Amino acid sequence: MSKIASVFSQPGHKALIAYVTVGYPSVEATLKVVPLLADSGCDIVELGIPFSDPLADGVTIQKSSFHALQNGVTPRLCLELAGQLSQKVDIPLVFMTYYNPVFSYGLDKFCSACAGSGISGIIIPDLPPDEGSDLEAISQRQGLDLIYLLAPTSTGERIRLAAQRSRGFIYLVSVTGVTGARERVPADLEAFVTRVRKAAAQPLCVGFGISTPEQASQIARIADGVIVGSRIIQLMEKEDDFASLAELVRGLRGSIDKISGQ
Amino acid sequence: MILPDERGYFGDYGGQFVPETLIPVLDELATAYKEASADKAFWAEFEALSRDYSGRPTALYLAQRLTENCGGARIFLKREDLAHTGAHKINNALGQGLLALRMGKRRIIAETGAGQHGVAAAAVCAKLGLECIVYMGEEDVRRQSLNVFRMRLMGAEVRPVHSGSRTLKDAINEAIRDWVTNPDTYYLLGSVVGPYPYPVMVRDFQSVIGKETRQQILDKSGRLPDYIIACVGGGSNAIGIFYSFLNDKEVNLIGVEAAGRGLSTGEHAASLMAGTVGVLHGTKSYVLQTKDGQIRETHSISAGLDYPGVGPEHSYLKDSGRATYVAVTDQEALEGFKLLCKTEGIIPALEPAHAIFHAAKMASSLEKEKTIVVNLSGRGDKDMDIVAQALEVKL
Repeated sequence: MSKIASVFSQPGHKALIAYVTVGYPSVEATLKVVPLLADSGCDIVELGIPFSDPLADGVTIQKSSFHALQNGVTPRLCLELAGQLSQKVDIPLVFMTYYNPVFSYGLDKFCSACAGSGISGIIIPDLPPDEGSDLEAISQRQGLDLIYLLAPTSTGERIRLAAQRSRGFIYLVSVTGVTGARERVPADLEAFVTRVRKAAAQPLCVGFGISTPEQASQIARIADGVIVGSRIIQLMEKEDDFASLAELVRGLRGSIDKISGQ
Repeated sequence: MILPDERGYFGDYGGQFVPETLIPVLDELATAYKEASADKAFWAEFEALSRDYSGRPTALYLAQRLTENCGGARIFLKREDLAHTGAHKINNALGQGLLALRMGKRRIIAETGAGQHGVAAAAVCAKLGLECIVYMGEEDVRRQSLNVFRMRLMGAEVRPVHSGSRTLKDAINEAIRDWVTNPDTYYLLGSVVGPYPYPVMVRDFQSVIGKETRQQILDKSGRLPDYIIACVGGGSNAIGIFYSFLNDKEVNLIGVEAAGRGLSTGEHAASLMAGTVGVLHGTKSYVLQTKDGQIRETHSISAGLDYPGVGPEHSYLKDSGRATYVAVTDQEALEGFKLLCKTEGIIPALEPAHAIFHAAKMASSLEKEKTIVVNLSGRGDKDMDIVAQALEVKL
């Protein structure tokens, strides 16, 4: 069983997944905040490798990516930091980035470096399964889960494709849109999750637009995991004080566990 | 071999590297385009409007004094500068506007660099009664203010983009973000870049340039030209004129990229000459990027060439050797610009001024029997401020 799969293997447990942009607001902050996220109840942390043209991201992650690049963050540095972090925390770490930095690094080289740094999976929002065959084969050889995304616009055929190919879990994009905190959970989300559930055996985790414990508990009712990104980035703006961030994560954990009855 | 293949690839280049949300939307677009392509009535309307609205066919003009000045090969100009809204961009905007209408889409988004595609999109939307939103980098809004005013006059909403380098690539990012958020919207992409089916669709609408050129040069000189020269940013005017000649091996196809302040300075926009293979805006092609796979900021005196990627079909043509690519600096483009103004009384846009410079240089070294066709893709009215500044003239 992969490290990611084991997160979902405990009956009734719903996963809390956090996203951080590596090197935002500083490299030190990333090294400090990931253990804190793990201690506060996150099951998986997505480490964002910043890209110059993040076209699936809203303003918050655009800014954090830009800032991280200004700080000199490179894929190589992200791999180094992942190596350090995987020594410090037990939870699976996955990379989230765009295809070009990975392609430019070299698919083979990147995947073997990921495996060497203790990374468990990769999420690439601009790499649909149709374009993913190469990376899929290579990542699998290194024991990495390549996690595909589905969106509310996905047809039955697209859902079946992701169900055949996604490893670890399937990332359901809650809205038609870019990343970023939103006021409410879309009304048609449940129907979307149900549609995917019928075709897919993988755990289903929902992300994009989720920022509060109330929203997290709504998601946890219907899905296997909740992904929170932009709200975490917003709370990291003040580098020294992660108290409010820890509080948010504990709040998210609590509201999710209430649903799963833990 | 028919290109692209069913996955939208020209050899190794092309594809659909976009968020999942857009895949069904692209599939819908590809299907709608295939149906429209097979429908004679669709093309009949495109042709009728190309004639009566855009002013096609545009002339193929023997630039006699330019030719004499260079003292070598004869230079013909394909006068896309005479098309409605002042550039070849109207061909694609019209075609896609009609397609949007056919698909029942009434909200149109577009990106623009120099503003020429934005103006063409705004014009077509006004003509067809469609809502039009144009994303434009803040930097381009500043350097192409006249085109911003034109778009607004025709009822388009121009949204300045403040992210990244605040130029064309960021305008495309923002247009794609809008599209991901509003998948019912029609994205009227302006060049042969982006995910499949755009590189094909835009090429097909622009291929009217080459079709006309072929007939016109046969009428005028009784044979095909020896060289066809066109500037390349994303590459739509170049593909447009190249396409009808791809199978005529005796016709040399030359694309001219922007060398900006010089290829060695790193401040340029020559993706094919100085880039490496990467993925930008949904397509695999030559891209200007850092060793870490970050997209580089580019520079060119002409906003329309100031783009770090290039259409995937150009990458294919480069690798296969069917077309060759060269680069011309800002200074050389200005020389080409002045040369055409003085010898022919034609003020070109700064984009084709790159092609003019290269054609003039080549013509001098060729025999008088040789012929060169330059795609004069747009007129220079929009560039007056920039040229005046470059020549240190106060307006």
